[in-house]
Amino acid sequence: MALTRRRFIQIGAAGAGGAALASGLTTRWWGLDGNGVPDPGTDGEKVVASYCELCFWGCGVLAHVRGGRVTKITGNPEHPLSRGMLCPRGAGATGLLYDPDRLEKPLVRRSKRGEDVFEEVSWDAALNETAKRLEEVERRHGREAVALFTHGSGGVWFKHFMKAWGSPNVGAPSYAQCRGPREAAFTVTYGTPLGSPEPIDLANARCITLVGSHLGENMHNTQVQELAEAIGKGAGLVVVDPRFSVAAGKAKYWLPVKPGTDIALLLAWMNVLLSEGLYDAQYLERHAEGLPELRAHVADKTPEWAYAITGVKPDLIRASARFIGSARPASLIHPGRHTVWYGDDTQRERAIAILAALLGSWGRRGGYLAPGKYPLPGYPLPPDLPHHGAPGVADRPKAGGYPLATEVLASGLCDATRPGHALYDLKAWLVYGCNLMQAMPARQELVEKMQHLDFLAVVDVLPAEIAGWADVVLPEATYLERDDDVSAPAYRQPFVAVRQAAVEPMYDSKPGWWIAKELATRVGLGAWFPWKDARDYVRTRLAQKGLRYEELAAKGVLLGAPVATCEEEGAPVGAATDNGKIQLFSKELQGLGFEPLPAYHPQEEGPPGSFRLLSGRAPLHTFGRTTNNRLLAEPYPENEVWLNADAARSLPGFEVQPLANGEKVVLVNQDGVRSSPVRVKLTERIRGDCVYLVHGWGQTAKRQRYAYLRGASDSGLTTRYKVDPIMGGTGMNVNFVRVERAGEAA
Amino acid sequence: MALEKRYGMAVDTRRCVGCNACVIACKTENALPEGGFRDWIVQEVWGKFPDLAMQIRSERCNQCSDAPCVESCPTGASHVAEGGVVAVNRAKCTGCKACIASCPYGARYVHPDGHVDKCTFCLHRTSKGNTTACAEVCPTRSLTFGDLADPTSDVARLVASRRHEVVKPEAGTEPNVFFLV
Repeated sequence: MALTRRRFIQIGAAGAGGAALASGLTTRWWGLDGNGVPDPGTDGEKVVASYCELCFWGCGVLAHVRGGRVTKITGNPEHPLSRGMLCPRGAGATGLLYDPDRLEKPLVRRSKRGEDVFEEVSWDAALNETAKRLEEVERRHGREAVALFTHGSGGVWFKHFMKAWGSPNVGAPSYAQCRGPREAAFTVTYGTPLGSPEPIDLANARCITLVGSHLGENMHNTQVQELAEAIGKGAGLVVVDPRFSVAAGKAKYWLPVKPGTDIALLLAWMNVLLSEGLYDAQYLERHAEGLPELRAHVADKTPEWAYAITGVKPDLIRASARFIGSARPASLIHPGRHTVWYGDDTQRERAIAILAALLGSWGRRGGYLAPGKYPLPGYPLPPDLPHHGAPGVADRPKAGGYPLATEVLASGLCDATRPGHALYDLKAWLVYGCNLMQAMPARQELVEKMQHLDFLAVVDVLPAEIAGWADVVLPEATYLERDDDVSAPAYRQPFVAVRQAAVEPMYDSKPGWWIAKELATRVGLGAWFPWKDARDYVRTRLAQKGLRYEELAAKGVLLGAPVATCEEEGAPVGAATDNGKIQLFSKELQGLGFEPLPAYHPQEEGPPGSFRLLSGRAPLHTFGRTTNNRLLAEPYPENEVWLNADAARSLPGFEVQPLANGEKVVLVNQDGVRSSPVRVKLTERIRGDCVYLVHGWGQTAKRQRYAYLRGASDSGLTTRYKVDPIMGGTGMNVNFVRVERAGEAA
Repeated sequence: MALEKRYGMAVDTRRCVGCNACVIACKTENALPEGGFRDWIVQEVWGKFPDLAMQIRSERCNQCSDAPCVESCPTGASHVAEGGVVAVNRAKCTGCKACIASCPYGARYVHPDGHVDKCTFCLHRTSKGNTTACAEVCPTRSLTFGDLADPTSDVARLVASRRHEVVKPEAGTEPNVFFLV
């Protein structure tokens, strides 16, 4: 029976009687009894447990596979970091796997460095070329002239390659361009860095204080889960941010601090806590030293004093301090993560660490916890590896270094590439999974430094900007297509999680373990890679504890014995400093010629009519790593520059035709560097003296066809930076921009 | 006799951070086409700097008890399915968009295959006792799906105990998605 559309509509319109009549009749095209909801068929025929790599938190995931394709990613309920839930990036991993712009084949440069002209070659050719060039560097400059930049779990194999090769110069931008100041400050104060995941007890805190951290936009899954849990239990938030962040929108107190003045505010808080007796005197007596010096130091740092500096009203400083103090010890001052702002960042983080001590929250429930590690030994290697992990000197400038740096500085490795800067020059870079063009400040300096390299190889999934500068580009498989080492970070619930391929690698991409092993074989170091593959490596690690790979692979994660994480659970509070005491006043800093207690020093202001450039995160994106992901781009297609609506009305040059919300503008920084056109978000949600960009946009890599020149790059505008003298972090919130309408002549 | 099921959802705006995990999980669970959304995030801001307030909502079809889209559908494609869920029979849908015009919430879009598409409360999952994909993924546990007719269900308890709002109550559509404030 053939139905035309018109006739069909008539039947439908006839109503219930017509529908009842039609029930049971099915036609190929116009089935009339097909009510209900069809199953979209995305449940996997096979479900593979692994851990995520869309950011570096490492949540447990379940990859659903159907017909050889990954249909969806869900959270692994057994994994302590995801607990069955995911952030949007984790859920959007198929957008990376099926990104049409992925690197498909190895590439060798056939033109001037930086011109992005490459020839596709075989793996054999690419690896032979890499081996030959590394050996040339070795002959002329020695093995230590090779550096590795790495970020991500596959970097394990290349770090091992460096040990076998014999160079200590291994660094990640996640230290000196991110959490480094925090690690240095907590090491000075408590004797230990915090690491990742941070050992903080958000879920049980009754007050959570965020200083410039925008948790909720910064989407570390477990932390956001716990933040919501705390809110659900009635915890109060105190948020210090020039921007009315998502967290500020949920806060009991929002302190819209003038950028660069946080230390003054933190000192005023200490002043209130100490003068009003809102601190844990008994705890400090037992566990800390330097209270009299601290008390004297902040005696005149009143809220009135801080008001003139921060713009935050004294009443608000007092009320928030009293609230913070009243919740002690379950009053968590969040340590932050991306903390390289103004070059005095270790001192600001020191103030945060000291504040946490005043509240008695170190080692207490609702504060800072003592995490535990799953007791899994490393792969049993012979003890005579060419390099055992002694520190390198390439990132130590001749002019003296950074005494409290606890990791290698990626910026230091870049500097050491400029001839004569460090104790020896770096001549070759291996870059694994980090786009230095966006990660490092002062792109013009970076490009200049790269010109001194004899060789640059990039291992990545996507053609990131840095790949355009490489001599050889090696396409890695995504995390869904490869096995890797296990993930077993220190956490309140110790665990070990597996990374296993859900599908075969697409195109001619290869897993990191394979690339590193093949490269090692070609430079005569194959003996240091005795495993057949990553699975064999993990199997051997597990076997030492009598664990079966198959069990881990089936569950995705194994839980260790619970550990006592705080005083309430029987763990001692103690600090890991030399004398076991929390260092409120730091003799160590004093001995090195630094201020033993954090002090406020004014930051330089920008030129008139300019705004301080601030940057941050959006929940759908991990820096520039996800900006080409079409799935994640759907709800968040590009970044916008946030500009205070009132400030926009009084912009010079816009008197005749005021700026409209959503209009495209160009940002021009103090050195004349111009951004790509970006939409302006005119909003009440930011102070009038700064603008804000989500980091990672405005990419200049043409092969990333979606992300190319979409939005504006904060990194591109970060031509200046201020180095933290204590640990070498590169403070990047020291740039200023003015706003021009896009399309207008400069 | 058991009461008839009335599926509903509570959205806790105090917990929600607007991360869009619900949006991405929905897109992959339901294999939605590029540009098609069954749920979305709304951020509403009131006030002037620095006296501001904000509400973040994960929105979707309200599965209205008095659904204008069902009324307006000329072919009977839009219908009330299990638990009061408003569903579209793709075979009957001609893509005429009368439902899109009648929906006060913008909850529907035209699928590239020619039919109209919208949130189904993941009936393919929920009819088997599972929760929706958006509620499952949500890292803030802002979304609670369940049977409003069952007073012991989590969703019924939340709606009974917490202050709540619906979107555009003036539309008189009797939504079954409640925003806890």
